[in-house]
Amino acid sequence: MTRFLLRRLGGALFVLLALSVVVYAAFYVAPGNVAQIACGPRCSPAQVAQVSDQLRLGDPLYVQYAHFLQGIFAGRDYSTGTGILHCQAPCLGRSYQDDQQVTQMILTKLPATASLAIGAFVLWILLGVGTGLLSVWRRGRATERILTGLTLAGMATPVFVVGLLLIIVFCSALQLLPFPDYVPLTENPEQWAWNLLLPWVSLALVSAAPYARMTRSSMLETLAEDHVRTFRAYGVSERGLVGRHALRGALGPVIALGALDIGSMFGGAVLTESLFNIPGVGRELVDAVKNVDLPVVVGLVLVTGFFVVLANAVADILQAMADRRVVLS
Amino acid sequence: MAEALLVKEAGVAAAAPASGASSFRRRLRARRSAVVAAVVVALLVLVALAAPLLAGIEGQDPTTYHANLVDSATGGVPLGSFGGISAEHWLGVEPLTGRDLFARVVYGARVSLGVALAATLLQVIIGVVVGLAAGLGNRFVDQALSRVTDIVVALPVMVIALGALAVVPADFPRPVLIAVIVGLVGWSGISKIVRARTLALKSLDHVAAARLSGWGGLRIARRELLPALAAPVITYAVLLFPGNIVVEAALSFLGVGIKPPTPSWGQMLSDADTWYQAAPTYLLIPALLIFITVLALTVLGEGVRNALDPRVASRLRIGTGRKKEAGG
Repeated sequence: MTRFLLRRLGGALFVLLALSVVVYAAFYVAPGNVAQIACGPRCSPAQVAQVSDQLRLGDPLYVQYAHFLQGIFAGRDYSTGTGILHCQAPCLGRSYQDDQQVTQMILTKLPATASLAIGAFVLWILLGVGTGLLSVWRRGRATERILTGLTLAGMATPVFVVGLLLIIVFCSALQLLPFPDYVPLTENPEQWAWNLLLPWVSLALVSAAPYARMTRSSMLETLAEDHVRTFRAYGVSERGLVGRHALRGALGPVIALGALDIGSMFGGAVLTESLFNIPGVGRELVDAVKNVDLPVVVGLVLVTGFFVVLANAVADILQAMADRRVVLS
Repeated sequence: MAEALLVKEAGVAAAAPASGASSFRRRLRARRSAVVAAVVVALLVLVALAAPLLAGIEGQDPTTYHANLVDSATGGVPLGSFGGISAEHWLGVEPLTGRDLFARVVYGARVSLGVALAATLLQVIIGVVVGLAAGLGNRFVDQALSRVTDIVVALPVMVIALGALAVVPADFPRPVLIAVIVGLVGWSGISKIVRARTLALKSLDHVAAARLSGWGGLRIARRELLPALAAPVITYAVLLFPGNIVVEAALSFLGVGIKPPTPSWGQMLSDADTWYQAAPTYLLIPALLIFITVLALTVLGEGVRNALDPRVASRLRIGTGRKKEAGG
């Protein structure tokens, strides 16, 4: 188990390093004149040259990348033309737009993203597993058919369509809820929850479907196994079989998928945040993209990749803990 | 011996209806919904192909402004009821510009389906090549390609696409760019399946025989492996397709994807966001179209999966679950 853990984490670290090379190269080499982008379209050639000098864009690429890595692990200094600015580790660079440090920027956006991700996650696990459970319990009846249809519809609806319709119905037509506007938890917990209700529900509605299907299929698989038949022969009720034994079989895959999904959520639910006006990591990315703010884009892509890789490793480890056969394969 | 077998089979067949009737009914129902879905998809493809013809029958085109059909006093709300639906403008006109909605919808189908199709093809090609190479190559090749696949898995498609759209010059055609990015980022699922299948197939007699008789890797791949790989690859590709439609719609919805005057459903939805009180049809039409298209493709994908190979079902279910995150 320890060896598996070490190997898995080592692999994750390697993937992250490789990812940083790919992303760095893709975003700093591909677009061509980085200094022009950093300076803005109205810069004169002299200004562009000055910016290029400040950002040390004249250095060979591997030196630039080494500086970038050094910034992440040890911090680095920037020259601003008039003085030296220190950027503490983990330093992901400085925004071209307003000279803010990317790491700080992401950290200030993370609470909003976390609020959205965690609340939605709890909702969609309950919704997904509940739907799966109910459709197994009521299998062969109309309920199962209706739930299967709803699950398919959930899989087919993009979050921005659901969210848009929910806003129109609840905020505009019925006027039951305020138009979403993020309020930090520390400021006003009640307003925080009210304003996040619709985003949570929208994300949960579209994300629950795979969980419902997975819960259903793995429960059906378990129910077909010999030991369950033995339980049944011993007189364990159907409700007990479905609720206790079969559900336990579905937990492993649900946890694994859950770890993956929550990981990618932390990279920002780009669409949900944009639609509901939540100042999180995802909306920051959209803004950075519209402003061609390369350091912010690279930083965000890397942070998102970090969460995904981490989630992948955690999912594998959780699954290995739930099922020892995984380690062997 | 043969007789005994026949009797046994007959016995199974005779015993089957009692226990299998409900599962048969379920399969029949699944097949019926798959057929309906296939018809819907075929219709959408036809609409996309015949877009100029359909707009021609209506007598409109997707880019002409009709300033006389919108009310300048209210900031550009379409005149007439239901967003200006009339004999000349079957689905009404766009607020502000007065462009014909029906023409934009049918031309938008070209963009939405075309981009997703191109992206899916690219994903399939890269995935099959990488998967085959990893499965057939020596240990070093396999290790290297599997690590590359791991990296690609870690690339969140929306994030990468957003980033790439930022740095690629604006004169590069956006539909092509989106298809290429989605294709380059989304092939890991296919390559994983192809690799696993190739490893399993490699030990089969006919492949081993081909190898012993001195065939090269390419010839083995083409003659012995590809036919066996077709079913899982097609299945997975049909399941990828609706996801790719959503990615294009999402990027256009965020305002960084397809740019006007080229129409796309996601972009229409994004514009409609500010107009839904004055012109609700403008929002509902693209929303419904995206929903119907993705639903039909998803149901069709399920049908194809059940028809081609029931065994891959459980493995694929996890695969599609993982990809859903792109929609967040």
